[in-house]
Amino acid sequence: MIRFLKDFTKRVLAQLFQKKKHIKLGFYGPPNSGKTTICNRICKDWLGEKIGTVSKIPHETREVVMKEKVNIKHKNRELTFNIIDTPGIATKIDYEDFMKYKMSARASKDRAKEATKGVIEAIKWLDDMDCVVVVLDSTLNPYSQVNITIIGNLAARDIPVLVVGNKTDLKKSNVKKIENAFPQYDVVGVSAEKGSNMEEFYESLFKLLK
Amino acid sequence: MLTLQFVPYADIEHLDAQGRIAKLLSIVKDDKIVLMQGRLRPEEETLLIQRTMEQIADEFKGVEICTIFPQEKDLQFLKRIKKEMVKAILGNRDGITIIGPANIVKEIKRDINKIELFTKTTISRPSNIRVKRRTAKKPARRRAKARRRRR
Repeated sequence: MIRFLKDFTKRVLAQLFQKKKHIKLGFYGPPNSGKTTICNRICKDWLGEKIGTVSKIPHETREVVMKEKVNIKHKNRELTFNIIDTPGIATKIDYEDFMKYKMSARASKDRAKEATKGVIEAIKWLDDMDCVVVVLDSTLNPYSQVNITIIGNLAARDIPVLVVGNKTDLKKSNVKKIENAFPQYDVVGVSAEKGSNMEEFYESLFKLLK
Repeated sequence: MLTLQFVPYADIEHLDAQGRIAKLLSIVKDDKIVLMQGRLRPEEETLLIQRTMEQIADEFKGVEICTIFPQEKDLQFLKRIKKEMVKAILGNRDGITIIGPANIVKEIKRDINKIELFTKTTISRPSNIRVKRRTAKKPARRRAKARRRRR
């Protein structure tokens, strides 16, 4: 009886004073793979608001953006996440690439400068993540060094990884190729823009955080 | 002209991560393509990206990087242990890493067994090679018409 009371008070006190831990869920990947689109989809589903703007021009997200306390429910389980959208990781940034989208030279140079800072910031955040979703464009070749570097770093840090093949609504999409490239990881094909297969995404995410 | 500079593992073995990245980046910034024996560790790869981003300017747009290494799936248990011991003593010399400046190397496409390097420089055709010009054939109906006219 005394033991029961002791445990009970300990649990109540812990719940009262212990800060509730939120899972830091990072979204990493190369530029234009649809990280912000997936984050927007999740935040809209569970918070009713978006996290950031999306654009066809690469490096639209140039700062790490965090949405706190996102409660996601799936099959009688509820987890609270801090959703962290990161700038796309790249090994090169050429301001002239932005000028192809009818941006002025000045604006392109500024964008390139901000993008380089964004990449550095995204890499620095890697250590803080509890779990990472690597978002890849399923219409592109997955055997790129950036993808391998991101996944290799997460593996070295023992951070759980879920690989998402985005843009499955497009004709060229090939999720099988991503599965072959990263056979040791769970790969989910989704279309964040259309919202298709998000159930499977949540299923895999909750499975990863068991 | 493309310059490929080979960096043997022995050249970078004694350097720490910062030193290795500084050495590799200094070669790349000289507009040379690095062929390095072995691979960088994951944390060195991210450090390379960070240092590259810090140095990006109008004349340096970044790097293209690619690593190929042998697949070790089918190795027997004893062979794997032997290999791991060699790695621990001599360092990871398996594979090859290619790092090129982005203003020269447009893209490195890699698959499981091959690497394709696309450069931005245009390769001019040697003068001793002649290209035979082909004239388009006239359509059959026009040829028949011309024949009739000749008659």
